Amino acid sequence: MPTVLELNGVSKTFTMHLQGGLRLPVVSGVAFAAAPGECVVLAGPSGAGKSSILKMIFGTYRCDAGQILVHRDDGAIDVAAAEPRQILALRRHCLGYVSQFLRAVPRVAAIDVVAEPLVAAGTSRESARQQAADLLTRLNIPQRLWPLPPATFSGGEQQRVNIARGFLSDLPILLLDEPTASLDAGNRAVVVDLVAEKKRRGTAVVAIVHDDDVRSAIADRLVDVTRFTAAA
Amino acid sequence: MTSRDADRPLLVAEGVSKWYGRQLGCRDVSFALHPGEVIAVVGESGSGKTTLLQLVASQLEPTSGRVLYCMRDGVTRDLASLGEAQRRFLNRTDWGYVHQDPACGLRMTVSAGANVGERLMALGERHYGRIRAAAGDWLGRVEIDQGRIDDAPLTYSGGMRQRLQIARNLVTRPRLVFMDEPTGGLDVSVQARLLDLLRGLVAELSLAAVIVTHDLAVARLLSHRTMVMKNGEVVEIGLTDQVLEDPREAYTQLLVSSILPP
Repeated sequence: MPTVLELNGVSKTFTMHLQGGLRLPVVSGVAFAAAPGECVVLAGPSGAGKSSILKMIFGTYRCDAGQILVHRDDGAIDVAAAEPRQILALRRHCLGYVSQFLRAVPRVAAIDVVAEPLVAAGTSRESARQQAADLLTRLNIPQRLWPLPPATFSGGEQQRVNIARGFLSDLPILLLDEPTASLDAGNRAVVVDLVAEKKRRGTAVVAIVHDDDVRSAIADRLVDVTRFTAAA
Repeated sequence: MTSRDADRPLLVAEGVSKWYGRQLGCRDVSFALHPGEVIAVVGESGSGKTTLLQLVASQLEPTSGRVLYCMRDGVTRDLASLGEAQRRFLNRTDWGYVHQDPACGLRMTVSAGANVGERLMALGERHYGRIRAAAGDWLGRVEIDQGRIDDAPLTYSGGMRQRLQIARNLVTRPRLVFMDEPTGGLDVSVQARLLDLLRGLVAELSLAAVIVTHDLAVARLLSHRTMVMKNGEVVEIGLTDQVLEDPREAYTQLLVSSILPP
């Protein structure tokens, strides 16, 4: 099967200069791949380095060694060695990411928070807002909240705005960091459906999910991250 | 704009250094800025941020190194080689410069409308009605009540003055804006509004910008890349989220760890 995302020998160590140069190894030798339409779930206890792996794929964390290859029609880009501009372009066109928490932007309406990545990638604002509205409706965010900035929303509402933002664009790779952590059963089921739809459209999904039901519903394959957990 | 234009840097600093006598301003700074890209320059007072801004904005001459700019005719030129007329054209139209103190960038005793209209007149616009309409439109875009168009900025609050300074800069549709602590000296609530406004305008107009700030929240909200300076040198440069969430250098770690959680 062709892969769209491929990690080889990926390692990460934090050096804490304010703690006398303390070195905190996180992961080493991470190797796995994801194919279009496949959902790979990273498994392991808290602190095993799952979120760090997602952040390295997205380019938020630097990668000390190894390769993070994003395969595209015009060749592969190694996120670990890419220029900032290339990473920003990958985020617009290849890499979606639903973080654990929504980073609230002051004064921006929830519907525009959701629509923004589509607008940035070139969709008209009107069309992006229409698609955002459809997705917010599916995720049971009441219409009266759409024009409000999400900073004052409940945890579960913020997470659903975050999910809508990440799922709106149809990108080849989607990274999910505990998307269902603060959701009720009904909304968890919506997210399971959304992931299934993404897979059918050929998106490769890499997810961290602690909820057993959600995990068994979406995972095609588990990658045990404790294999890569670096010895302290 | 073709993709080739977007691939070519708008502004390039090559090994730029500035000494004030024996006092170092900044040393050996190199970076490239592309169209539509926003770079934040962060660091404490005295780290050389403003010196660097003035060097790349052609307000100071570097002691060594050079600054290149891709002009509207598509030709990249060394700023030091520009004639007075070309430099004036850049300053009046293709560039904007937002000062921390709006009084430095505005004429405080003439009307807000005239402050915005002046840059259009420098471009040769003479039609009073069109100038006034454009000024009114821009006041609206920076959320200033158009009923205040005939008032001088002396009568404005600090936040309004800063928004007026931004309107004055953007009315000529510059491609590059230099900003020196654009939110410094403003109340927190006023800062948030201004940041949000800037964020929207930068995205909507595809502006490239160099923003000097000591406030990492400003860098996070507005910039694609962040450059960290200390004692006149660049200690770290990278994607803004990478520099803030995975700071590599000791000084950057100190800066990031010094932020109070909201």
